[in-house]
Amino acid sequence: MPEPSVTLRKIREQFGESIIETHSRLGEDTVIIQPQVLVPVSTFLKGDPDLDYNFLMDLTAVDYLDLKKKPRFEVVYHFFSLAKKHRVRIKVPAEAKNPEVDSIVSLWAGADWYEREVWDMFGIKFRGHPNLKRILMYEEFQGHPLRKDYPIQKRQPLIGPGAGS
Amino acid sequence: MGAYTDRLNYDSPLINNFGYCMAVEKLMGIEITERCKYVRVIMSEISRVCDHLTCVAASAMELGAMTVFLYMIKAREYLWELIEDVTGARLTISYGRIGGMSGDLPEGFEVKAREMFKKVREVLAEVDKLLTRNRIFVDRLKGVGIIPKADAVAYGFTGPVLRSTGVNYDVRKHQPYLVYDQLDFEVPVGTTGDNLDRYYVRMQEMEQSLRIGEQVLERLPKGRLNVDHEGKEIEAHEMVDRAKMGLTRGITETLVQLSPNLEGLEDSMYDQITAKEKRAVLPAKRDAYGNIEGLMNHFMLIMNGNGIRPPQGEAYFAVEGANGELGFYVVSDGSDRPYRVRVRPPCFPLMAGLHKMLEGYMMADVVPTFGSINMIAGELDR
Repeated sequence: MPEPSVTLRKIREQFGESIIETHSRLGEDTVIIQPQVLVPVSTFLKGDPDLDYNFLMDLTAVDYLDLKKKPRFEVVYHFFSLAKKHRVRIKVPAEAKNPEVDSIVSLWAGADWYEREVWDMFGIKFRGHPNLKRILMYEEFQGHPLRKDYPIQKRQPLIGPGAGS
Repeated sequence: MGAYTDRLNYDSPLINNFGYCMAVEKLMGIEITERCKYVRVIMSEISRVCDHLTCVAASAMELGAMTVFLYMIKAREYLWELIEDVTGARLTISYGRIGGMSGDLPEGFEVKAREMFKKVREVLAEVDKLLTRNRIFVDRLKGVGIIPKADAVAYGFTGPVLRSTGVNYDVRKHQPYLVYDQLDFEVPVGTTGDNLDRYYVRMQEMEQSLRIGEQVLERLPKGRLNVDHEGKEIEAHEMVDRAKMGLTRGITETLVQLSPNLEGLEDSMYDQITAKEKRAVLPAKRDAYGNIEGLMNHFMLIMNGNGIRPPQGEAYFAVEGANGELGFYVVSDGSDRPYRVRVRPPCFPLMAGLHKMLEGYMMADVVPTFGSINMIAGELDR
């Protein structure tokens, strides 16, 4: 086993019990954490001088329904540190019923649209988000299109002029 | 799948293609050939120039500089001609393949590329003269649409817009992929993060991309030509004629030119351009048509229910797109269809932070500011 990276070591030291799993497959540091420590972990990643993750590069989700993984959803965060040139992937599991995780908009302004996108596509709610509205689909759209059980033949309500007639 | 990525940023589809391929290659542990790496670099840089040309041209046109627009679109046309020669298409190129490319560079590419680079440089010099010290143009851009460094980072800006604020981040330098670490180029950065800086950064990046392109042309590992057993070039119809006449001596070792729609797939070039990887790469056409192993290999990759099967797992791979970091997060369930492909588009965060660049300015300033972020809908909405 190669030495764990400084990120994995420090996260484990700091949040020992709340870490579900860590690995560095394909050289990509990955940490799966309990949902309740998302905000503290993010704050730590951003604030710790050895880690210095100043970029939220990406925020997305995966629906593991077809793979029968429990819990069903994973919200995936990719952080990047410009000064240290390292990356880490944080994954937060979310239940199938009323999935919800904490919002990190207060830490990274860029999380705003990303979280709205995940809500729009997967129906995962972000606690504390200032304006959790759909972003790519229109308000009248029913369902969340990137869920694995979204019926792709489904007809959506028409909107705009003449839709009611 | 690769073909879908053409549609992301339709100004630089080659970069999208390669980004996706490299994410899957990472997941499968495929090492591509040296020549393939160089070809990917040069094609990416040509795309980047096309993208910046379009962006600067369109935003200049929106400020009334119609001439500049026409000149730059002419320059883009030169490069698109090159792209057309290589890929057979202008926009929907589908050139990248997992483990390689759909074909090698065509003959005469090097000469033509040098000529086109020269022409593009001439246009850039012309545009520079028309715009850079043009009072009307500068007044519309300077001090307008400023985004502070801290805000740009908080919103996850990347690419020219981030660099215009003075943050030196370029994936090609910070986490080099392909052969970027062996090439000599600079990353231009701005100081204030206004529209004028974004214009400067793009103009200089084009010059840097052309520099990279020239270095690649010099170093491109040479592939063999199609030659017969005596070392002379030979065309397919000629070989058939010779065979009919019974002149079969040495004919099995003869390497022939295939029909033009298979150009670049001659097996002499095949080893140069594609990885030796039966899991992902279609066999050379001569093998597919010529022996049972090749045929079976071909079928196993093409038939429904078979195909390219990355192992279960996930990978993230980022390339420097024309607008910034273009990341692909791929999740595989071990089957031939991707379980989830997430594109980290450079435009989405740019649009999320656009209001920061617009608030406090005049309504008319929306035009240059919006023009300077180069919003590409295909990549924004995916």
